[in-house]
Amino acid sequence: MTLQEMTGSAHNFEECMKCTVCTAYCPVVPVNPRYPGPKQAGPDGERLRLKDPEFFDEALKYCLNCKRCEVVCPSGVNVADIIQEARIRYSKSKPKLRDRILASTDFMGTMVRPFAPVVNGVLSLGITKSVMDGVLAVDKHRTFPKYSFEGFESWFKHNAEASQKQYKEKVAYFHGCYVNYNFPQLGKDFVKVMNAMGIGVELLDKEKCCGVAMISNGMSEAARKNALSNSASISKVAASGMRILATSSTCTFTMRDEYPELLKVDNSAWRNSLLLATRFIYEAVSSGRKKLVFRDSYKARIAYHTPCHLEKLGWGIFSTGLIKMIPGVELIPLDSNCCGIAGTYGFKKENYEASQAIGKALFDDIASAGADFVACDCETCKWQIEMSTGNKVLHPITVLAEALDLDLTAEANK
Amino acid sequence: MKFQVIIIGGGLAGLTAGLSLQKKGVSCAIISSGENALHFSSGSFSGECPEEVVPLFAEAGVVLNGDPSKDSWRLTPSGSMQKVRLAFEDVTLYPSEKVKASKVLIANPEGFIDFPTAFIADGLSQQGIPCKVKSFSLPCLKTLRESPSEMRSVGIAKKLDCRINEVAGAIHKLLDGEDLVILPQVFGLTSPEPVRALRDAVPAEISFIGNMPPSVPGIRVQMQLKKAFERAGGTFLMGDTALSTEISEGTVRFIRTKNLDSHILTADNYLLASGSFFSKGLSSTMEKIYEPLFGLDVDYPAERTQWYSENVFAPQPYMAAGVVTDADLHPMKDGKPVTNLFAAGSILAGEKNAGMALTSTFKVVKKIAL
Repeated sequence: MTLQEMTGSAHNFEECMKCTVCTAYCPVVPVNPRYPGPKQAGPDGERLRLKDPEFFDEALKYCLNCKRCEVVCPSGVNVADIIQEARIRYSKSKPKLRDRILASTDFMGTMVRPFAPVVNGVLSLGITKSVMDGVLAVDKHRTFPKYSFEGFESWFKHNAEASQKQYKEKVAYFHGCYVNYNFPQLGKDFVKVMNAMGIGVELLDKEKCCGVAMISNGMSEAARKNALSNSASISKVAASGMRILATSSTCTFTMRDEYPELLKVDNSAWRNSLLLATRFIYEAVSSGRKKLVFRDSYKARIAYHTPCHLEKLGWGIFSTGLIKMIPGVELIPLDSNCCGIAGTYGFKKENYEASQAIGKALFDDIASAGADFVACDCETCKWQIEMSTGNKVLHPITVLAEALDLDLTAEANK
Repeated sequence: MKFQVIIIGGGLAGLTAGLSLQKKGVSCAIISSGENALHFSSGSFSGECPEEVVPLFAEAGVVLNGDPSKDSWRLTPSGSMQKVRLAFEDVTLYPSEKVKASKVLIANPEGFIDFPTAFIADGLSQQGIPCKVKSFSLPCLKTLRESPSEMRSVGIAKKLDCRINEVAGAIHKLLDGEDLVILPQVFGLTSPEPVRALRDAVPAEISFIGNMPPSVPGIRVQMQLKKAFERAGGTFLMGDTALSTEISEGTVRFIRTKNLDSHILTADNYLLASGSFFSKGLSSTMEKIYEPLFGLDVDYPAERTQWYSENVFAPQPYMAAGVVTDADLHPMKDGKPVTNLFAAGSILAGEKNAGMALTSTFKVVKKIAL
């Protein structure tokens, strides 16, 4: 065994040389003095916790898990993984009712959706917002994403499933909670684009929430159950050689990287089969395997925001590369900044101000970009940007669905 | 994905090459494994610097003072004078080895322990310049001190950059006929404006002297260069690592990265600007020093006992280790040059400084853009 092998450590924490670059880029540190910062909360604290778990500090809950510390670390330390694993291992605080509600996207979606028109109306009432603010500590400034009356899964079964059989090439689609319960249109756009490329879409036998909101709300046991269930469904499809595509960058990141690192669910059998939709399409088109035909009349000036988890995946180039293929588009890459919402974090009353302060640099950048709209692969960034800037946010797949000449594209891929 | 040039390393050499090439219409991707040595910058460049760097940086909004072909001097945090060529606008340069001032105020934000005021005062008194050390405080710094580990340069800059008038007021109160004010580099994180505004508001010369890392001016310059590179159409792969490659018949065929796994990156030319040991451009075992990505030939003393000097203050021979190249900066592998690969910056064997990094970078840019 070499000296280097002997010094290996969990999440590489022994590699930390205390340069504090992680803290310099942490979006939470400047807005929340109660957060000890990634260096202190991560590798520094880990040394103490290994000695005695009593050194665990509940203030680690202020970490957004945005992973920016890991992206900038010159020494390859997985700072955020150290922090999140410490929370899982040592935290004694139990998630509050509010946190359980926010994190249980599947449960809430299933229960609430049949009453969608009523619930959407009630959730948008001033009095409801005040009650939620007072009783549940969900900040009253937030607008809850609307629930959709008909979920994506149900729409797919009734309107699309039968026609998918005509395609020889198939992909499986991990739609995520957001597409299923709140915004089926994105799923419909995905099916439209895939079909135009001559590719059929299947759903998994059983899809559960990826678990990201549970991880960040201290419900790692529940998250692990979901991970095991999803892993079983995905394995089956991956074993047949099929790719599994997702439109949410955070679901993709969670299943690829958080499952093995934090939830200790082995995904090596299918990790490389799970791709973000934009990467799959970019690769299919740039290799010449598939063709996209765009409408001449499509013109747009688009500002692209790379979500934190997509930044960590390192796949933003596929989304921007795809948008750049559209002849009538002028693309403005926005500076790398966190929008501040971090999933359920920004919905909590105690985090509202911090959340908006974190996002300010991005909001200012969007204001000066003068774009027709913002494009982004993350649903929670979309809520935050739309609420905070008034700019419309579209998923790159929706941009494609609008810019493509679907008939000519289908013709070209026959 | 295909580019004309793939640059491995997003530090001073990599960013300068990328920006320069992209401006000439050469499509570039930079693979940057975490942030780079600019985050530890003193704010000045020593060693002979190429003239081209001044206008290139100016276009990105980075002002470089000094003369690339003539020595100037700066006051260092240890109180000594250092010979340099160029410096960010935060740093004051002197034409000789002497600070120009009759009386100096060294002002430090209260509770900031990363700024060695006593060394600086000692250095100035050895030059026969009287000085006093004072601290100043603003209400906004109190919240920063709630978390003592975060009372660092970047945290302070985030608080003070939007309160330059308050800072100027606090310094004004401490002034008593001093014609030079020395401050730590805790201003101007996202733009040089706070540095300029403070100079305008205080009736004395201000010099910003380096403190313990991270370097606020270094981070700002890195962000300005990266932004200019991306706005010029360049692709910056932040937080990704070049993992493997294939060299056949003396040419690099592709690069595989950690994040892009099966998606290989290809280019006509490749530039290795991956830095020295700290940036993992070089690695070592007990037996050898090696270049981990391409397995290039590395020059270093044969005997391990010759790698270092026992005098900790003496130059350490291992620091001069680096890849060997031909006259055109093509690195050698097994004694033969790799023809579509270049090397620049501190990965090169020999003396290392910013001037040498920039000189080698521009030499490569000229070869590629021909």
